Amino acid sequence: MSNAVTALNGAKYSGLIDIADAGLMGMITLRGDLASAAMAKVVKSITGAKMPKPRGVETAGKGSVAWMSPDELLIMVDYPAADAAEAKITDALSGQHHLAVNVSDARAVFDLTGDHLRDVLAKGSPTNLNPDALPIGEVRRTRLGQLAVAFWFTDESAAKLVCFRSVGDHVFKWLANAAQNGSSPNFHSDMR
Amino acid sequence: MLILTCPNCGIAADETELHADGQAHITRHGAGASDDDLETYLFMRNNPKGVHFERWRHVYGCGKWFHAARCTMTLEVFGTYPAQTLEPPKELVAKIKKKRPDWEGFVK
Repeated sequence: MSNAVTALNGAKYSGLIDIADAGLMGMITLRGDLASAAMAKVVKSITGAKMPKPRGVETAGKGSVAWMSPDELLIMVDYPAADAAEAKITDALSGQHHLAVNVSDARAVFDLTGDHLRDVLAKGSPTNLNPDALPIGEVRRTRLGQLAVAFWFTDESAAKLVCFRSVGDHVFKWLANAAQNGSSPNFHSDMR
Repeated sequence: MLILTCPNCGIAADETELHADGQAHITRHGAGASDDDLETYLFMRNNPKGVHFERWRHVYGCGKWFHAARCTMTLEVFGTYPAQTLEPPKELVAKIKKKRPDWEGFVK
């Protein structure tokens, strides 16, 4: 078996915010009818979390599940558990129109922490980053600079960001540049 | 700046997060259609100064298509509605009519 390496390979940056490689994460894209009972059941059995509401992220003991679009979920589990989880979904939803793909190695995942998090993200994304508009536990698919990303806050000063693996290095450099000390507009951080 | 609320995910998305795809509710004429119908389908588009119905895709967000009604002159957005329809919802047409009494109404 090959030795799995993340796109960022442990990269770290510390400035206005701390940017870190989140390490290997098991990710499965699941598309299909989100209202079906079978889907809710299999999501629950894999992650322990319930079916998220639109734009929601649900986290439980074994993993998380994020609402990506009206017919798409992102299921997050431990890296080694992803293949088994994918097989379990395919098995549980057989006969039902769906698609489950292990995308663990197709993405780069960032751990972002710091008080200036909302300010740094606002530099490159048209998202309304006000905590009322993007509360903790709500995922936002958007762009950062010119690249598609998704991020969600797990805490007021911590967020996870996911992008395609091929642009992981660029997103890291982009974030590091946006997080240089002394460059905060202090808009969101001042309101806290 | 144009902000459209995606009816699929509920996000008020900036136009830089969206992809515009021109006039909505076009009748498709494929193989076997007359030359005139095919020409109309391929090339003929309204170009109004005022109310316009358009197709948009939330390309950086949920990736879904939707429809929007807006004014091409003032950029006022009258509303957005799901893509799975052949014409704008009656409530929306009534709302636009109220705001723009001179508007001739939805013409296909």
